[in-house]
Amino acid sequence: MFDLITAPLAYSFMQRGLLAAVMVGVVCAVVGTYVVLRGMAFFGDALSHTILPGIAAGYLLNGGDRGALFWWALGTAVASSLGIGAISRGSRLREDTAIGVVFAGMFALGIAMISTVRSYSADLTHFLFGDVLGVSDGDLLRIAIFGGLILLTVALLYKELTLISFDSVLATTLRLPVQALEYLLLVLIAVAVVVSIQTVGVSLMLAVLVTPAATASLLTRRLMPMLLLAAGMAAICGVVGLYLSYYLGVASGAAIVLTCTAIFLITWAGKAIVDCRLQIAD
Amino acid sequence: MALLRAVERPETMIKLAPALEICGLSVSYGAGLALEGVSCALREGEQVAVVGPNGAGKSSLFKAIVGLLRPSAGSIRHFGAEQADPSSVAYVPQRSQVDWRFPVSVADVVMMGRVGRVGLFRRPGARDRALVAEALELVRMTDLARRQISELSGGQQQRVFLARALAQEARLLLMDEPLTGLDARSQDEIFQIMEDLRPRRVTVLTALHDLQLAARHFDRVMLLNRRLIGFGPAAEVFAPDRLVEAYGGHLHLAVTREGILTVADTCCGDEM
Repeated sequence: MFDLITAPLAYSFMQRGLLAAVMVGVVCAVVGTYVVLRGMAFFGDALSHTILPGIAAGYLLNGGDRGALFWWALGTAVASSLGIGAISRGSRLREDTAIGVVFAGMFALGIAMISTVRSYSADLTHFLFGDVLGVSDGDLLRIAIFGGLILLTVALLYKELTLISFDSVLATTLRLPVQALEYLLLVLIAVAVVVSIQTVGVSLMLAVLVTPAATASLLTRRLMPMLLLAAGMAAICGVVGLYLSYYLGVASGAAIVLTCTAIFLITWAGKAIVDCRLQIAD
Repeated sequence: MALLRAVERPETMIKLAPALEICGLSVSYGAGLALEGVSCALREGEQVAVVGPNGAGKSSLFKAIVGLLRPSAGSIRHFGAEQADPSSVAYVPQRSQVDWRFPVSVADVVMMGRVGRVGLFRRPGARDRALVAEALELVRMTDLARRQISELSGGQQQRVFLARALAQEARLLLMDEPLTGLDARSQDEIFQIMEDLRPRRVTVLTALHDLQLAARHFDRVMLLNRRLIGFGPAAEVFAPDRLVEAYGGHLHLAVTREGILTVADTCCGDEM
């Protein structure tokens, strides 16, 4: 049993992968809690897809340089999150329509750009579904720095972010910079998406944002416990998922997401049973 | 009443300016006017009911006062000042506008009233917690402080938002339809709390549908239908000609022996 746990740790790519999965899990779960509470799941999904052209540009211009790829992705993510925010605020379109238009267009642009390269399908798969075992020391450092910045920002602005999410009318009457805080939240989501792209890829990103927070929301009705539970659960899912991926030979991103989903389903079913029993007891 | 009290208490004599003074206020909504040329002045500590048919501009009036809507004309002054301290005016929203599933407890919601006073990047301190506890005590919600807000009755939910306004140390309290959907007992509890507020000299403006409650529980009433049709004691304002002017065909009048009218308003659809 002990061997089962320690054996994979002999590989440095597993060590780095585990570290990345835990950090990404925690950061995404914290940001994702606000995504869930504000009903922004579609925005989160769209945002992760819109950074594909950024990744493609970095890839085409700088080849394998991960650092360059990161900055391209970050620039695109921040630009598209602010863009979506501005379009849905200013226009007559419904917000989800605006998001849909930007989402599909940007995603297609990314695919078009990557398809000009000969090793097209292998590279695209990597970007779409992630490769946590390919994480480098430089990647880890960037995840730690930007993830840390996100957590610090949420900690410093906890009461303001909570207030604008719960009651933006009160926030406005108290003359809080509501619009700036809303854009800040979009940027936080964008940065969280970018630091996680390596682990789960563009297409599975939504799961790490939403699923741990959704599970936590079933278990607690207070915000702070919900944030901590979501973060803890995401970290555990990252570790368990990677081990499953190692032993079952399943793609790492998919294994992490499936672990999250399994825990959600177990929690949901368990809660349904408990609630049912309570009703009978009443 | 309120004037007498001002004479008795010399410290309030210094504040000669009204708690709220509205001059020629107009608010436009899209093409039309939601409010047109409304002027009035409220004394400190006064409790005023705002009545009028749906779409009369009650919510627009409140939103303009609290700064959520920009007036197209006119001015709003708080104690003579053009710019009120943001925390000094509290807007209690209609219950239908709140996300009750949000993972916050009663105490969390009340603490949100302190956010403006605590300031950016800071955490609430001992004084903030004391004010939250005091506000909860005043609305008799202390034992429910740790409840999640969806687990409350309608009356309790309304009291949470009252407590939040108190924790905010608001001098002017705007309540938008606080009685809608509440049973008689819960309504009485709200009125009891409003009585308890009188010594604190919080000025209260409440939008209502029930004219009898407005007449019974408030110092003055404001009859509104885009324009200000009447403002004063209920006995004067609720005269048949004015009521017909405000409500038009939606009003059912029945003159009783006491001379007062039974009135049914078309209640309570979504209002801007």
